[in-house]
Amino acid sequence: MLERLAVMLMKEFLELKRDRWAMFRLIVPLIVQMLVFGYAATFTVHHVATSVLDLDRSQASRSLISHFVATSRFDIVDYAQKQSEITHDIDTGRATIAIVIHAGFSRMLDKGAALQVIVDGTNSNTALIALGYLSQIVSGFSLEQSGASGIGISLQARPWFNEGLDDRWFFIPGVIGTLTLLQVVSLTAFAIVREREVGTLEQIMVSPIRPFEFILGKTVPFFLIGLGDILLVSAFGILWFHVSFMGNPWVMLAGASLFLLAALGIGLLLSTFSRTQQQAFSLNFFFVNPLFILSGFAFPIAAMPEFLRWFTYINPLRYFLIVLRAVFLKGVGFTVLWPELSALALLAFVALSLSVLRFRKSLD
Amino acid sequence: MMENAILVSHLGKSFGEVKAVRDISFSVTRGEIFGLVGPDGAGKTTIMRMLAGVLQPDEGEIDLDGLDMLKDAENAKLHLSYMPQRFGLYEDLTVSENIFFYGELFSVPRAERISRSRELLEAAGLLPFGKRLAGQLSGGMKQKLGLVCALIHTPRVLLLDEPTTGVDPVSRRDFWAILYNLRESGVTIVLSTAYMDEAERCSRLALLHEGKIRHCDTPSRLKESMPGALISIFSGNPRKTREVVSNQPGVLGVLLMGDRIHVRVDDAATRIPELEKLVSGQGEFEIRIAEPGIEDVFVALLDEREEA
Repeated sequence: MLERLAVMLMKEFLELKRDRWAMFRLIVPLIVQMLVFGYAATFTVHHVATSVLDLDRSQASRSLISHFVATSRFDIVDYAQKQSEITHDIDTGRATIAIVIHAGFSRMLDKGAALQVIVDGTNSNTALIALGYLSQIVSGFSLEQSGASGIGISLQARPWFNEGLDDRWFFIPGVIGTLTLLQVVSLTAFAIVREREVGTLEQIMVSPIRPFEFILGKTVPFFLIGLGDILLVSAFGILWFHVSFMGNPWVMLAGASLFLLAALGIGLLLSTFSRTQQQAFSLNFFFVNPLFILSGFAFPIAAMPEFLRWFTYINPLRYFLIVLRAVFLKGVGFTVLWPELSALALLAFVALSLSVLRFRKSLD
Repeated sequence: MMENAILVSHLGKSFGEVKAVRDISFSVTRGEIFGLVGPDGAGKTTIMRMLAGVLQPDEGEIDLDGLDMLKDAENAKLHLSYMPQRFGLYEDLTVSENIFFYGELFSVPRAERISRSRELLEAAGLLPFGKRLAGQLSGGMKQKLGLVCALIHTPRVLLLDEPTTGVDPVSRRDFWAILYNLRESGVTIVLSTAYMDEAERCSRLALLHEGKIRHCDTPSRLKESMPGALISIFSGNPRKTREVVSNQPGVLGVLLMGDRIHVRVDDAATRIPELEKLVSGQGEFEIRIAEPGIEDVFVALLDEREEA
């Protein structure tokens, strides 16, 4: 049995070696996507185009406006003269936010003045964040106006694990899991479907080799490639983007191994439902995107409707992301992460068993 | 009493609603070249794949050299080799690496693998190409490399599914030379073909039609069993001649064969003069009794079946 496994492995690595572009295909897209994610994927909002209409023209209103000018969060692109100009700015996209200070603003200050804010809600996320900054500035301003006599609660927030609230620190551990999933699932599915297409699969199956020996021979190389991916992308995140790595590398390795087994199982399962590489491609597309969306990579699972939340429980990426973020940022170990690791182990077991069973049937 | 290398009984397989093959029974003696002959869709590949153990039959039994293919597939496969219409080669691997790979899958000892692969490559005319990538071989060479890979573990039974389809005549001759050699050394060969000339080279034939074996015998006895006699007519316009002859009394069937036609009649002695008279109006011609080929027999036997 070991001989047959050894010759399968030898063949796989020989093919990989012959494939001149293999190294390029396996490494370059990962690095490029890592860079794109690292630089582009951010929730931070800067330089929001802002239009201001000051109908009060008082010292107080000018002081408020200067508060906006002083931060880099807002760029005042237009000092409007009338309401219609504001509407025009928002309609044309020249401004995302418009601030209207109505006449009488300064007179009403001590009784509670109203400030009108119009926001382009097309991108709800940006709008929400910009409004957040805006209300911070406004409350700072009103605290100032009320002077020492005023009662105010000042917030002394101290974020843990990611003190700078750097989005990159949140995204990069997630990118490691996501990219590895994409890579490993598609590699596995395509490699097996290709053997089916070329006819080598049938040829191997008439030999005394057992299906699980074939599957093992086929998946071990991808397991190693997957580990290499994780190592490479992690090193890149730590060294290039300076994401902290607080935890135990062994916890990470355990999580990565279980996750890779589950990913291999999914790839295998997809391959048993595909006769041609085209079919594998569309199946891959159909399955991998939801895995990504329902993982908590960017969209909080807690906010999903209940029936979708159930799907996240059978998504290995969900658990691996928790493990990755915990190991990278929190530095917690097995004592905290055992439920996620167990879930990954269970999913890996189920996916692999199902794929071996399906594989036998798909040979007919 | 000759030993049976393969014994197939009442084999059946359906794909969904379609009954691909039904009630297939035959036996092959050790050292025979047994041919499965029939048009596309007759069920040749289905039978081959079941014999090879890659397709599970719905019913029936397959005995391979005393081993039950359905219950003890793993042992049976050790003595078996199957070459599908297109042998699966790894195109990124060289000729030698492909042979090495298939040798190892069947646990062929190193020394034996080396000597045998040399022998086989020589016979296939592939010896100078050991280091060439399989993907860079011509179609015929690929097919021969497939045969080498299939034979590296010295199987007792060799299954070939339309092995020479799309292969040039020279490679085809090499191919058959190898098969005859194998038969000499006691290998039992089952091959399927749609080529009638190839069918004539087999020791015994099963004529397959619509998933059933219609006749099974040696080529010469099949020819003898053909009802009626065969007359060959050469003429300047064989199509026209066929039209003229087709509906005559005593004519059982007409086949166009290039520059002549084959007419199957109930009795040669009475029909030749009648046909001569008919065709004489169309210029030069030649009429004589002909030896039936497998194609004539195949068509005749199927016609009989339909009429019955």
